[in-house]
Amino acid sequence: MNHTYDAGDRLEAQIGTSVRQATYITGRDGMAVVKLDNGYNLGIPYDSCRFLERPGQSVARKPIVTQRDELPVLSIVSTGGTIASRIDYRTGAVTSQFDAADILRAIPGLSSIGRFRTKQLYTILSENMTPAIWQELARAVHEEIVSGARGVIVTHGTDTMAYSAAALSFMLDTPVPVIFVGSQRSADRPSSDNAINALCAAKTAVSELGEVAVVMHTTTSDDSCSIHRATRVRKMHTSKRDAFTSIGVPPIGTVKYPTLDVTLAAHARKRRETEPMVLPDLEPGCGLLSFVPGMDPAVLDAFSGYRGLVIAGTGLGHVSTAWIPALRTLAKDGCMLAMTSQCLNGRVCDRVYDTGRDLISAGVIEAENMLPETALVKMMWVLGNEDDPDKAAGMMKEDLKGEIEGRSVHGL
Amino acid sequence: MDYKTVGLKAGIEIHQQLDSRTKLFCRCPTSLREFEEHTDEYFRFLRATESEMGEIDEAAREEMKNERRFCYYTYDTTCLVEDDEEPPQPLNPEALTISLTIAKMLGMSPVGQIHTMRKLVIDGSNTSGFQRTALVALDGAIPVDVLPGGGGIETICLEEEAAQRVDDHTFSLDRLGIPLVEITTSPCMKTPEEVQEVAGYLGMVLRSTGKVKRGLGTIRQDINISISGGARVEIKGVQELDLIAEVVRREVRRQENLLSIRDELIRRGAGVREEPVDVTHVFSATSSGILKKADRILALVLPFFGGLVGREIQPGRRLGSELSDYAKKCGLGGIFHTDELPGYGVTPEEVSELRTATGASDRDCVIIVAGPEKKVHCAVLQVIKRARLAFEGIPEETRRMLEGGSTSYMRPLPGAARMYPETDVEPVYSRGIWGAIQVPELITKRIGRLKDLGLDPGVAEHIGYSEQYPLFEKALNQGVPPALAARTLTSTVKELRREGVAVDHISDDELIGALAAVGDGRAAKEAVPEILRLIAGGTPLADALEQCAGRVSVQDLGDIVRAVVRERQQFVIERGMASLGPLMGVVMAEVRGSVDGKVVSDCLKDEIRRILQET
Repeated sequence: MNHTYDAGDRLEAQIGTSVRQATYITGRDGMAVVKLDNGYNLGIPYDSCRFLERPGQSVARKPIVTQRDELPVLSIVSTGGTIASRIDYRTGAVTSQFDAADILRAIPGLSSIGRFRTKQLYTILSENMTPAIWQELARAVHEEIVSGARGVIVTHGTDTMAYSAAALSFMLDTPVPVIFVGSQRSADRPSSDNAINALCAAKTAVSELGEVAVVMHTTTSDDSCSIHRATRVRKMHTSKRDAFTSIGVPPIGTVKYPTLDVTLAAHARKRRETEPMVLPDLEPGCGLLSFVPGMDPAVLDAFSGYRGLVIAGTGLGHVSTAWIPALRTLAKDGCMLAMTSQCLNGRVCDRVYDTGRDLISAGVIEAENMLPETALVKMMWVLGNEDDPDKAAGMMKEDLKGEIEGRSVHGL
Repeated sequence: MDYKTVGLKAGIEIHQQLDSRTKLFCRCPTSLREFEEHTDEYFRFLRATESEMGEIDEAAREEMKNERRFCYYTYDTTCLVEDDEEPPQPLNPEALTISLTIAKMLGMSPVGQIHTMRKLVIDGSNTSGFQRTALVALDGAIPVDVLPGGGGIETICLEEEAAQRVDDHTFSLDRLGIPLVEITTSPCMKTPEEVQEVAGYLGMVLRSTGKVKRGLGTIRQDINISISGGARVEIKGVQELDLIAEVVRREVRRQENLLSIRDELIRRGAGVREEPVDVTHVFSATSSGILKKADRILALVLPFFGGLVGREIQPGRRLGSELSDYAKKCGLGGIFHTDELPGYGVTPEEVSELRTATGASDRDCVIIVAGPEKKVHCAVLQVIKRARLAFEGIPEETRRMLEGGSTSYMRPLPGAARMYPETDVEPVYSRGIWGAIQVPELITKRIGRLKDLGLDPGVAEHIGYSEQYPLFEKALNQGVPPALAARTLTSTVKELRREGVAVDHISDDELIGALAAVGDGRAAKEAVPEILRLIAGGTPLADALEQCAGRVSVQDLGDIVRAVVRERQQFVIERGMASLGPLMGVVMAEVRGSVDGKVVSDCLKDEIRRILQET
C-alpha cells in the first residue's frame, strides 16, 4: 500500500500509541504527510497509515467577480511571480493562480481601478528568465498597447525584475505606463505586500505616466509605493518589502496607500509622448563580469567570442593593470567593452589614474553612471540593433531611456 | 448548581512561554522590554488569505470586516523576522527539546516528523498574519489523583508567542516569537473546581521542567466550555488561576440563560425583521451625544424580543451586550436598544417616536445602530446575524474574559481552514531527542522529599516551587544543611537585595562556598549576610570568610563580652537576666555576626550571672 495514496485520501494514522483519522497530503523525505482534523500536518511512516476511503472531489466554491464596463482597460501580463498564488493542496507546491477572476478575487480592490484582461506568458521563477523571454515579453506588451490597453502591468519575480524592466525600456517605445510589479513576501500570507503593490501598480497604470517602471513598497510600512524608472532601479535587499531602490535619481513618482493617490515627478515621462514601437532584437552574446583583486586575466578568455562585455570595476572604474593586455585582445577581436562600477552610486571616470587611461586606450567605454545590469541589457540591445561599432559605442554613452544621468545631482 | 445535571463539559488549553535563550524562529533574545524603549515603528494592513483547501477561515473573515491599520514597535532586541521582512530561521532546537520534555512528562506520543504550520490570526498580533505552530506530541494523561476518573491531554503544540498589544491598533514586537507550548486537554472536566485543579496541575508540571518563563502573562489558560443543549465556547486569556472556576461558573450561567431566552423567544413566536428603518430624522434634535454625532441612524425591530434583550445573562452582561459585541466588529462603539431606553440622553418622547417610525409595539425590542454610513450598514447585518442565533441558543464562539470573570464576544470559533503549511520552515524530527530526554522530578514529589529532609512544610513548598531550586539542590549536594540553604535562598538573598546589595554579582559557586563554610564550622551562620555583602562588593570568597570567620576567637569573644557587660554594669544590675536581650544586640554588632548567636548568648549569660553574683 506504500506510496499509493492520493492527496485527499482518508486514512487512519498511528502516532506512537495514538490513532487518529487524517487526510493524506503528500510524501516528504520517505514519510507520509497527513493532515489531522484539527488542521495540523505531521509526517509518519507509511506503514503507520491505513487506508479508509477516497472521498469524491469537492470543488471549492469561488465567488463570482464582475468587471465594470466604464473603467479603463488594463492588461496584466504574467511571467510568474506571486501576485496571486497559493499552495497546491495536491502537490504541496506554491502555484500561481492566474486569470482575471482569480486575481480580482485575491485583490478585490483592483476591480474599482480598471477592467482587467490577462495574458499568462510564463510561470517561471525570475532567476530562470532569459533574454529570449524578455523579447517575447516586449512583443506581448507591445501587442497589449496597440490593442488599446490604457496601461500594462507585468507581474514578475523580484530577483531579476530590474533586468527585465530595463530590457523592456530599451526594446519598447511606449505611450502608456508599463508597470512591473511583484511581491517580496509571498502572496499566501495575510501580510503580503502583493495586494498593496498590485493596487499601487494598477493605479500607476491608469496614471499619466508614459514609460516602463517598477512599482514596489517605499518603506517597510504599508504607507506608499515608489514608482522607479526601470533603467535606474535595483533590488538592494534580499527580503525586505522596500528592497527596490532608485539609484542616483529620485523615484519618478509615488502612490500613497490606502488613498492610492499618484504623484508623478517632473522628470517622469508622460503618457502619449511617443508612439508605440517595439525593437526586440537583442545580442545574447554579452556578459557582465565583476572584477575582484587578484583575479586572473585568464578569466577573460571565457568571454572570447562574445560581442560585448560589461565590467563592474572597482571605484571609479578600474581593474588590475595585469588585465590590460587581455582586454586589448578582446577589443581587437570585436568585443565591445564597457566599464561600470561596483560602487553602483556615482560615475565612472577612467581619466584620473593611469590604469583608467590605459583602459580607455585599450578600447574600454566609460559607461557613465549606468548600473552594471542596465549597461548589460543596454549593450545587448545596442549590439542587436546597430552593426556599426563606432555608432554602437556612441549609443552606449548616450542616454536613451533615462539610464544615464548627465548631472550627478547633489544629495543622491 | 448541579453541574452533572446541566451536563458541563470543559477542557483547557494552557499556553506557557518557554525560557529558551532565543526565540522560536530567529536568534533574538526572549526578553521583554518597556514600550518607551522602542527604537522605531511601522504600519501594516492584513488581509485574509485562502487556506490550502481554498477556503477562508470564518474567524479571519470576521476580522476583515473592519480594515485596520496596525502599528508595530521595534526594539534593538528584535529583527527582520519579527518584522515579517525576512524568512524564519530553522525551528529552535532548545525549544523543541523543552516541549518534548513536557510531552514525555505527560506520557504523550511524540510526532516523528514535525511540521510547522501557519495558523491564520489577522487581529494584528502577528506581523505575518499567522502564528507559526507545530504539533509535537499527542495523547497524554491527567492522573486520577488530580481529576477523579482521570482525563486526557489531546495535543501539545510548540508555537510562537504573539506580539503584545500596546493599545487598540498598536503592538510591541518584543514578545512576538518567544516560544510557547500549547497543551490541550480533552473536554474531561465536569465541575468548575475540576477545571481549576487541572490547570493548577498542568502549571505545576510545566514549572517542574525549570525551563518555563515565570511571572504575569507568561502562562495563560483558554477554557472550552459546553453544557447539554449548548455549544462549544472558547474563553481566551484567563491569566489568574484563582479565577478559572468563576469563569466556568459564569459561562454555565450564561449558556443556561441563553437557552432559556431561546425557549422564551420560541414560545412568544418572536422573529427578526430584516429590513432596517432609517430613523436619523427621529433624533435630529436629540441630546444624546452619540446619536447627535451620527451620520446615519438605523433601527432594527426584533418582534417579541421586548424585555429579553435587557435580561442579565451573566454579571454585567445582557443579550444586548452580545448584539453590541457583534456590531462592534464593524468599528462601531456599540448599539442602543429599547429595553434600556429612555436613558443615555434619549427621551421618552424620542422612544415613542422611534416605535411609531418603525411600527414596533411595546412587546418588540428596537435596536438602534448609529454612526458613519458604511459602518452602520455592516453593523445592522451583524446584529441581524446574532439575533437570529438567539433562536438556536448558543453560538460557537471565541470569547474574551472580562474583569471579574464574565466574557465578551471576540470572533467565531476558528476551524481547520485557518491552518496552512509554513513553507519556509523544514520539518524536524523527534527521533534522537526523545530517547535522550530525562524526565524531571515533579515539584509535588520534590516537596515531599524536602519535607522528609526535615524542612518546614511552608519552606519546603516555597523552595520547591522557587526558581532557585536548582541552586538549592546543588548546595545540598555539596553538604550545605537544607534549612540553611533554604533560608539563605528564600529570604537572606532577598533581604540583601532589598538593602541594595548587588547580589547578582555573587556567583552560584561563591554562594555555595559560603554556605558550605557554615556547614563545616568555618563560619557562623550569622555571618552569612556579611560574607555575601563582602562578596557582592567584590571581595573574594576566601577573604570574605577570613574577614568574618577568623576575626573573633573564643578568647576575643570573652574579652568583648566582658567589656560590654562591665560598661553597662548598672543596667545589668537593674534588669538582671532580662538584660540579655538588649546586650545580645550590642555584642552581635561588635562581632559583626562572625560568631554563632548561641555561642554569644551562652558567653553573655555566664558574664551577666557573674556580675549579678558579684553584687
